[in-house]
Order: sequence, then C-alpha cells, then structure tokens
Amino acid sequence: MEFPKDVLYMKSHEWVKFLDDKTALVGISDHAQSELGDLVFVNLPLPEDTVTAGEPFADVESVKAVSDVYCPVTGMVAEINEALLDKPELLNQDPYGAWMIKVTQVTDHADLLSAEEYEKLIAEEA
Amino acid sequence: MELIFEKSRQGRGCSLLPACDVPVYELDGSAVRKKAPRLPEVAEIDLIRHYSALAKRAHGVNDGFYPLGSCTMKYNPKINEEIAALPGFTRIHPLQPLSMSQGCMEVLKLAETYLCEITGMDHMTMQPAAGAHGELTGMLLIKAFHQARKDTKRTKIIVPDSAHGTNPASAVMAGFDVISIPSNAEGMVDVAKLREAVGDDTAGLMLTNPNTVGLFDKNILEITEIIHRAGGLNYYDGANLNAIMGKARPGDMGFDVIHINLHKTFATPHGGGGPGSGPVGCKDHLAVFMPGAPIQDAAAWAGADDQEMELIEKAAEEQAEELAAKQDAESKEMEKEAKDILKRLKEISGAEWEFGPIPALSIGSVRAFYGNFLVVVKALTYIMTLGREGIPEAAENAVLNANYLMSKVKDLYPVAYGKHCMHEFVLTLEELKKETGIAAMDVAKGLLDFGIHPPTMYFPLIVHEALMLEPTETESRETLDDAAEMLRKLLEIAKSDPDRLHAAPVTTPVQRLDEVGAARHPKLHYDFPE
Repeated sequence: MEFPKDVLYMKSHEWVKFLDDKTALVGISDHAQSELGDLVFVNLPLPEDTVTAGEPFADVESVKAVSDVYCPVTGMVAEINEALLDKPELLNQDPYGAWMIKVTQVTDHADLLSAEEYEKLIAEEA
Repeated sequence: MELIFEKSRQGRGCSLLPACDVPVYELDGSAVRKKAPRLPEVAEIDLIRHYSALAKRAHGVNDGFYPLGSCTMKYNPKINEEIAALPGFTRIHPLQPLSMSQGCMEVLKLAETYLCEITGMDHMTMQPAAGAHGELTGMLLIKAFHQARKDTKRTKIIVPDSAHGTNPASAVMAGFDVISIPSNAEGMVDVAKLREAVGDDTAGLMLTNPNTVGLFDKNILEITEIIHRAGGLNYYDGANLNAIMGKARPGDMGFDVIHINLHKTFATPHGGGGPGSGPVGCKDHLAVFMPGAPIQDAAAWAGADDQEMELIEKAAEEQAEELAAKQDAESKEMEKEAKDILKRLKEISGAEWEFGPIPALSIGSVRAFYGNFLVVVKALTYIMTLGREGIPEAAENAVLNANYLMSKVKDLYPVAYGKHCMHEFVLTLEELKKETGIAAMDVAKGLLDFGIHPPTMYFPLIVHEALMLEPTETESRETLDDAAEMLRKLLEIAKSDPDRLHAAPVTTPVQRLDEVGAARHPKLHYDFPE
C-alpha cells in the first residue's frame, strides 16, 4: 500500500495535491482503489462546475457497487481527466497518477490528513 | 454455444404461426421497412433444442435452492400458471368491448381490493411493470402532490444508506435530490439524524420495512411521523413485504404510497422467467394523481338484475335472523362479517365493470392499458389459494425459515446485525477475507458448485463483504440443513485450500466469468457476418 508524502488525504480515502495556493489535483487513494476492486465506470463533473469540500463530486463503479467520491476542496473544476472515462482501470493501476479533476479558485478545504496520519488511520481500520 | 442467429439457414422455417385469417392491409410509404428484418430461420426441432439447451444451462427456483436476498425467490405454484393459461384470460385484447372482458375487469378489481386490504392502502394501479417502475410512479405521485399544493421547494427525498439501490435512482429519475441518512449501530434508521435532515425542502422518505439487513424498524411510527410533520410523504418499498404480509400493514405504519412486487411476494415468476408487475398503492389523498383510469361498477350496484338482488337480499336476511338468535359477544363480529359479505357480493357479482374517468390531476399513464395483466391473474390466484389464514402463515414461515438458517450458520460466518431476523439476514465475511483472502464473491461462486444459487452479494452497502440470504417460506427443513452444511464445507475449504475456492465454480456450464471485462467492454449486440 502506497502513501505518497506530496499529497494530503481525506478520511473518506480521497487525496489532494496542491499545485499552488489556488489550484489542486484530486483523486482516490491506493487503499480506496484496492477496497473498491476493479473499477468499470467513472462519472466525473463537467469543467466549470463548482465543487464543495466534503461533498460528493464524482462516483466510481466497480462490479460490486457504486460509491460517491468526496471533494477535499471547494473551488471550480478547471479540467477533468478524460482518459478515465474510457479507461477507469487507470485508477486501479496508478491511483496517485490518475487524478480525477483539477480544481482552481480553491477557497476552502475539508479536514485533511498527512501521509503519516492517513497510514495510521488505515492501519487502525485493518 | 451457438446463438439462434448462428443456427439460421436461409429458407428454413417452421409453421408455428397460423395462417392469416384477416384481410391483408398494405402499409404505405414511410411506415414500410426498407429492408426485411434479419430474423433467424430455423426448423422447429432446432428451435426447440436451442431453448431446451439454454434452459439446461440456467438455474431457476425449479432447479434448486435460490436464497437471493431481497428478491424473494419463492416457489411459483403451478396452479397460477394453469389459471393464467385459461383462454378467457389469454385470448383477449385490451381494445375489445368491455362487455366481452368483464371477467378480466373483475380480476383486476378483485386483485386491487385484496392488495389494498393487505397493504392498508385505499387505491391501487396495476400499470407499473416491475418494482423500480413502481418506485418511479410513486415518486411522481409525491411530486404531483407537492406541485398541486404549489409547494415547489420540496425537492429532497430522504433515503437511508441501507436502501435498495433503486430507491435513490428512482428519486433522481423523478427529478428529486437525494439525501442519504446513516443507519445506527443496530442497523435501523438513525432517528436523530433523520430529525436533522428534514425541513421545508423535504418531499418525502423512501423506506423498506423490514429493511435490507432483515430487521423490522421498531421506530417506524416515529419515523413516518417525523416526515409527515415536516410536510413530506412516506414511500414504502414493497420488496420485503413477504416478511409482514397479513401481519402488519404499511398503511397502518404511516406510509402514503407503496409499490408491491407481485413477482416477489405474490409468487409470480421472475429472474428470467418474468415479466414482473409492480402495482402502486396510495392513500385517498393521492388518488387524484394516479395513472390510468380506475375500474368501477357501471351503475354502482343498480346494475345487478332483480333475481340476483332477491338472492342477495334473502342471504342477508338469513344472516340477520341467525344473528338475532345469537346473543353472545360474537354477534357483533358476525354482523360485521355479514355486512362485508353483502358489500362484496354487491361490488363483485352484481357489478358491470367499466373504466371511470382518469383522475383529474393524473400523472398520466406509466404503461399502456393495465400493466402485465397475466401476472396479476397469477398473483390473484396465489392470494385466493392461500386465503386469509394462508397469507400470514406464509409470512410466519418465511421468517421462521430465515431464523432457522441464520441460527445454523451464525457461528460460521458473523451476522451483521441483530440476534433475530425477519425474512432475510446478512452475513459479513470481512474477517474471513482478512484471514484467508476468501471474499464473499468466492463463497458465492463456491455455492454454485453445490447446486445452490448464490445469495445477494456486496449488498447492503453498509455491510462489508456481505452475503444476504433469504430462504423464503417454501423451502423444507432438509433444504435449509443442506444449505447450512454447504456453507460449513465452504468455510473449511476457505481455510484449508483457498485456491480451490478462488477457482470455483468448476461444475457449472461456464466457470468464473470475467465480470470486470464484461462491465468495461460489454458486447450487447450480435454482428451479422456481411
């Protein structure tokens, strides 16, 4: 299980990587993709949609179930990773490379954990 | 296995269709196909063998135990099929004169009457074709109710996180936003969280009771009252009605609108054997929004002829005399019964059925004509076969069977919630997966090798590595003992030889399927060789 240190985590297993104060990439953690299993469909917002910290912004579907994905930050969707729409398996293969959305005009964020704190949380859950 | 299209050879055919006995009508212009449809051309024997081979590769309730939770795969009694096959029910057309289909009208009216009685509703439409279609219809009724009152800020439907996936989907289809509320530690609706969630934007609540972890929500009256006080309506998902039919009524629990799955609770075939039928019932305050025209007695009961009237009156008089002779406490009950019989006679036997006006604020038809009529015939046959005593007894046995099986396997696989269950229960294989790598999916596949249809898997979502078992009332003690034994064996294999379970099933016509590949790259049509 990987816990890269250049991103921050949510308790609900999303990660956020700040490119600068106002811009961030958002995805799901290695633990999340492993628990969900093979993903078969990803539903992303549209560019220019607003997203809110702590609210669902996307959903991912495995053969088991559909799950909401929560947004770590408040802002506007600048870009979506369109490659995921055809190849949801990228989220399984490279969870920290396969960002889901790029958010700009970030004004707020949810409670975020460091890599160490998140790793500890996963260890406690197991 | 070859598809029927691959078996096709030009010029072959069979004479299953009778000769045309009506004048041929030539379509003109735009309505005519440009190319003939590419229908398979096979001889009758090849056609029969094809479907016979398909049937052999399938597993139905006639083949073995089928404990698919929340689906109520009970046995479908053959008498239902016999009645539904009567020519008076099959050789009809929805547009033929009503005078020629009075019997069919009576079936619909009688089924409506019984289903209203069982659910505590005032009205029922047979139009919806299955459960989720019923849910959508119910949501549209709730929407129409608020719109008629110009209460348009009510845009939110509250759904517990243990709900069937169709609930939030139906609410969204009807244009609502969904608020999911968590379950508490006992697997019930968290009442405090529900109170926080309601407001002047609450359109309603969707709930199934017993819920998907197989528990009857003991706070149900409080829950429905919270919604009513907030100005919302309560929707009952009838998927789990089998646990309570004839024992408790959604209408008495505070629900305003419900759907019933005739293909679950009322023993009509489904799971490839369908079609389904999802009647929607409502209380009086929603009747004006119902789809389709209601069936009613043409002249209230003036339609009965004089001779019939005399007979009914005579019967009533005899009953009254009998009553007078009785002085005990039972007499009141008998009087009520006599009145009910008289009312029933008036309503059913003496009636000339017709369609009343479409309700003034109807949401419009949700399906052509009267829904899947023959399914209603089968369900009515089932209700009349079981009768007033049999209906609650079936519910009792469904609950008894589930508790029996649960008690036999609870020491093997932990039960997610509760000491006792209603008609189904949920096991969690989370610990087993951590310990052995064997997941709920592997155990489910393993059951296939023992000739048992897998339980519902990975549902409800609040239970990790869930297996949800619903044995239904029609299974014998021996079948339940066998199933428990198979689950014990599978646990042994999980611990001693997990690879064997990862490879299961091996005795079925096809082995472990590539479910991910099927979902990512579905092949949904046949490509004809050019």
